[in-house]
Amino acid sequence: MTATADPSAYKGVWVFLEARRGALRDVSFQLLSVARKIADLRKTELSGVLPGWKVEPLAREAIEHGADRVYLVEDPKLETYTSRPFTKVMAALARKHKPEIILFGASKNGRDLGGRLHAVIETGLAADCVKFEIDEDGNFDAIRPAYGGKSLAHILCKQHRPQMASARRNVFRVPDRQPGRRGEVVREAVAIADADLDAKVVRFEERSGHQEHRLDDARIVVAGGFGMRDPKNFRLLEGLADALGGAVAASRKAVDAGWVPKDYQVGQTGKTVRPELYIAAGISGAVQHLAGMQESAKIVVVNSDPKAPMFEIADYGVVGDLFEVVPEMTRQLKASKARAVPSVAAK
Amino acid sequence: MAAKGPRSIVCIKQVPKAQELQVDPVTHTLKRVGVPSEINPPDRNALEMALQVRDKHGGEVLVVTMGPPVFTQALDEALAMGCDRAFLLTDRLLGGSDTVPTAHALSEVIRKIGGYDLVFCGEETTDSSTGHVGPGIAGHLDHAQITYCSGVEFLGDRVRGKRVVEDGFETWECPLPCVVTVNFLANKPRPPSLTGKIRVKRGGLTTTWSCADVGLAAEKVGLKGSPTIVSKVETVRLPERKTKVFRGHAAEAVSQLLAAMRTDGVIE
Repeated sequence: MTATADPSAYKGVWVFLEARRGALRDVSFQLLSVARKIADLRKTELSGVLPGWKVEPLAREAIEHGADRVYLVEDPKLETYTSRPFTKVMAALARKHKPEIILFGASKNGRDLGGRLHAVIETGLAADCVKFEIDEDGNFDAIRPAYGGKSLAHILCKQHRPQMASARRNVFRVPDRQPGRRGEVVREAVAIADADLDAKVVRFEERSGHQEHRLDDARIVVAGGFGMRDPKNFRLLEGLADALGGAVAASRKAVDAGWVPKDYQVGQTGKTVRPELYIAAGISGAVQHLAGMQESAKIVVVNSDPKAPMFEIADYGVVGDLFEVVPEMTRQLKASKARAVPSVAAK
Repeated sequence: MAAKGPRSIVCIKQVPKAQELQVDPVTHTLKRVGVPSEINPPDRNALEMALQVRDKHGGEVLVVTMGPPVFTQALDEALAMGCDRAFLLTDRLLGGSDTVPTAHALSEVIRKIGGYDLVFCGEETTDSSTGHVGPGIAGHLDHAQITYCSGVEFLGDRVRGKRVVEDGFETWECPLPCVVTVNFLANKPRPPSLTGKIRVKRGGLTTTWSCADVGLAAEKVGLKGSPTIVSKVETVRLPERKTKVFRGHAAEAVSQLLAAMRTDGVIE
């Protein structure tokens, strides 16, 4: 797997299937949809690679979601993800079967694995891609945001094989399940020595709503800025976030004022979020804040100053006092939910 | 090393300040000349984590970067934060390196320094955001790795690190040497101190190496040693948003807002 590799000797598209506590990660399903398209464009087969322990049912699931084949590597030593044994499995199978393309989910473990693997087998790896294409020469074109999201960079890996990339979560859709879809499960054995188990996962604490996870996952974000005036006013945002099933965030000014912890901060020096709905209350809209949220699907802005720059990127703007508007939104949303419940029950 | 404390090596990168990111329209690469730069923000958290290990257990913290000579600015700042010594790998051959030769080159610097227990990197850089170099170094040097780490405990012959993953927190224990990639915002990086700045002014803390000095072959680095190329860069035009504005009495405005959002399918 060096620059002298004969590209034509490499065939097939692979997806690393990430099993987590008895289920495939959502990003693995999402990968199957885009990988299926790439395999069809290359007129080749789509295979999943599934290392784990007691995960065979997940191999069947992957086939019903578009894989032609799953390489199943079952070993109690692979029950929990750690870097070295998983890298060993992927490297061994890639050397044996010579796939043309390998895709990973850009999850924490997907990037941990891909980053180690690409150095071990010396091939290219494009990170956190949002689009994949095949160019006119048959190269795998991995497309990713670059330079603070202002550009899309096309990454090619012309001479090295496999061509590898990780895909950002929640960009590709989960393919429809096709019950009974046929495919083969190929059991593979890769010897994992005790020495390979250098990392021991000694403890796992489930998330329990930690802010860092909440913001990463949230489909709806309710953010407050300097206009919140006081830390206790963030309760208003929590109320609205609860009504919508969202998470609370803040601008840098609100964080610098000490009203909420740093892990609430959205913007250039904080988190970047891309929720389906971003509600900004009392945030004037400094470019640094916009950089962290402007890719949100829909943006609602509540501000008493109609000239606030935040309105320029709003889909919906409410010019008014957030201390009246935000509680009113919460109240009306809750009221409509309460009305909706009996009608659901009536079905 | 444990008797006199661990030796930590921190890999850092100097990046253009986030608000200054500009793309050269001809080469599609990032403009780096004449643009204000800073230590990659997550690398500051890596420096702080290494310095905290030294605060508690003694030992030393060495800082490493690769890049043009101007990267000594980042090294000087890391020294002023309290790092003991600095190493700059600089060579024209390195230009255009992707993550494979970068991980390789940093690994060779680390190998040449030797005698280390821990290697720290930031989780990713703000200018390329791959997060591949830290695990790449671990793979290259065949060391254990703990990525996306929010805190470490040095245990003498092992290291314990807390990983932040999507569904919770994992605690990993690894033998030494171990590569740790540190989460952005994992801690509050200390500012450069006055005594630190004076130490830097006196000089003599930074060692400069070329590729030949660390045994890196020309074909293994730079564009030649990089499996990937950026074939083109498109400018993203954010979709223009047509703002629907509501004003007036709060109850009325909100009612109109929610109705519009329901019509557009934004909420149920």
